[in-house]
Amino acid sequence: MREKGNQLAVDTSRGRAADSRGLCIRGLHKAFGDVRAVDGIDLEVGPGECFGLLGPNGAGKTTTIEICEGLTTPDAGTVELLGRNWQQDANELRQLIGIQLQETQFPEKLTVEEVLRLFRSFYRRGMTLDEAIALAQLEEKRRARVGGLSGGQKQRLAMATALVGDPELLFLDEPTTGLDPQARRHVWDLVERLKQAGRTIILTTHYMEEAERLCDRVAIMDHGRVIALGTPKELIATVGGEDIVEFAVGPPTAHLQGSARAALDAEALKAIPGVQSHRVDEALHQLSVSELHTAVPRIFAALEEQGVHLSEFRTHSATLEDVFVRLTGRNLRDE
Amino acid sequence: MNRLDPSSLYLSSLYQLTATRFKLTLREPEAIFWIFVFPILLALGLGIAFRNRPADVLPVGATTPQFVQALGADKGLRATEMDEAAGARALATGNILLLAVGNGDGVVYRYDDTNPDARIARLIADRAIQVAAGRHDAVEARNQLMHETGSRYIDFVVPGLLGMNLMGSAMWGLGFAIVDARAKKLLKRMVASPMPRWQYLTGFLLSRLVLLAIEVAVFLGFARVVFGVPFRGPLWQLALVCVLISLVFSALGLLVASRARTMEAVSGLMNLVMLPMWILSGVFFSASRFPALIQPLVKALPLTAAIDVMRGNMLQEIPLSHMMASLAILLAWFALPFAVSLRIFRWR
Repeated sequence: MREKGNQLAVDTSRGRAADSRGLCIRGLHKAFGDVRAVDGIDLEVGPGECFGLLGPNGAGKTTTIEICEGLTTPDAGTVELLGRNWQQDANELRQLIGIQLQETQFPEKLTVEEVLRLFRSFYRRGMTLDEAIALAQLEEKRRARVGGLSGGQKQRLAMATALVGDPELLFLDEPTTGLDPQARRHVWDLVERLKQAGRTIILTTHYMEEAERLCDRVAIMDHGRVIALGTPKELIATVGGEDIVEFAVGPPTAHLQGSARAALDAEALKAIPGVQSHRVDEALHQLSVSELHTAVPRIFAALEEQGVHLSEFRTHSATLEDVFVRLTGRNLRDE
Repeated sequence: MNRLDPSSLYLSSLYQLTATRFKLTLREPEAIFWIFVFPILLALGLGIAFRNRPADVLPVGATTPQFVQALGADKGLRATEMDEAAGARALATGNILLLAVGNGDGVVYRYDDTNPDARIARLIADRAIQVAAGRHDAVEARNQLMHETGSRYIDFVVPGLLGMNLMGSAMWGLGFAIVDARAKKLLKRMVASPMPRWQYLTGFLLSRLVLLAIEVAVFLGFARVVFGVPFRGPLWQLALVCVLISLVFSALGLLVASRARTMEAVSGLMNLVMLPMWILSGVFFSASRFPALIQPLVKALPLTAAIDVMRGNMLQEIPLSHMMASLAILLAWFALPFAVSLRIFRWR
């Protein structure tokens, strides 16, 4: 199959966009009634890449990925995957891609092994049952019924059903939503092993740390559009500083009563070397900062000078969350 | 692909879909009860309730010793002497069916003429008293008693119960499983894989047929061994009919489940479809008892046709070639719902 894909790449000469082993989306639109779920999306994913669609619930991630999976028909636009499209090559594409959907519940009274054997039977080629079970680290649960699995184990079973056909392109729709931190890390390990094996992966998530950790490139989505695209590093760099300083102002000291909050001079803070920007969100001040070690003492000094009493002060490395906040003025997870 | 060794069958998707469906049914304890145990319990209950007993001895009362003696002479009556007041109480409480009261030279019978047993008691009592008073029969009469298998109520009701069971297990089996898979997004996951859609539905039908063989054999075997229900027509024709009936109700179950998203919705639809047939299709008594006005409707129902064909085969030894009308109704009820549901089926 892979050889065949390469040949197709030679035959076609549509440039980078038509890389026959990846995914190419052009001008995608999809509306449900009045809601424009996907509102003009162009994306390219290269072979071997792990690509993330990051955004809040309702941003259009699932609609986008389900159009790519051939489950939803777009109103406009084209999707080309592995040099093929859903109109002409649906049966072949189904054999070549692996899919994990949100909230699939497998029959509770089947065992892990039975579910995988059933899904394996749909593919012309693929892994052995043992390989799939080992990959999902479900050896001990092999003969356990689905109803007795934990959330993380169920999710790894769902990923194993996506992998039994040894897919060239793997779609994971919110693979860790609803899992506890330990189960999430377990799923991350699995995805990382798949990346190392060179699989092309497209995943959606609304956890920025997940996108940061797993994805080579990320598209941040909001209201059906891609509002930022790049490697996690590039995107974080757009925030303007590597670190974020957050502080809250407490009750004013007696002699400055009444004027303290208004007196906080944002311009004075922004003048400090290393401070790139300032914004206030529900009384929480956020500064994006480079050179954290020299900037923080100066921030303290400036606040002291203004007679401001701090009730909270913390710093963290800038994340994709901060990118989203900068672009939309909203928090990713409040949605 | 072109080899047909056992392992390739084992790996084939149709086999796996069928085997999976079969396993899932067997792992549902409730399903096992409704499919296998319930019809047997029902047949057992009805068989006991309607067993052929020797003719009942009817309790009657009389006010004079002469009447008591005359009535007691008939084996069909058990007579007790009582005065009119005690007799009225005994009538009211159902302890006796009839009270014979002396009235000069004559007799008055007190009984409730809406009670069939009381009417029989009236006939026997009058005959006994007239014979005791010296009446002679004008025509000599003798009795020849018939207790033949095949004409009992249990013989009549077994094909009805089998039809009802085939309807229930096929419709619930398909309908619930499909809507459950749809509600749990499993259906969507299946069509996102390369699984051929026709195989998913065919897997249901095939596993149904395996279950059907067990279900029919267990129920009819029980009816044969315990009640001696006859099988007069060819067994292969009965088997063929059972397969057809199961396909009919599978198709109907598929249709009912083709759009519903929730279990509540599909339960309501199921009952809506099955209730008229439980009532009208002659499971417990002959459907011909309904008014002529609704007979065309009654006859067009698939369960009526199914039960007619099974009774024809088991009780009357009618070959299938003479029941073409009923078979045509069944075939239509298979083809139409199946075609429609394939068109409107909601896969996600």
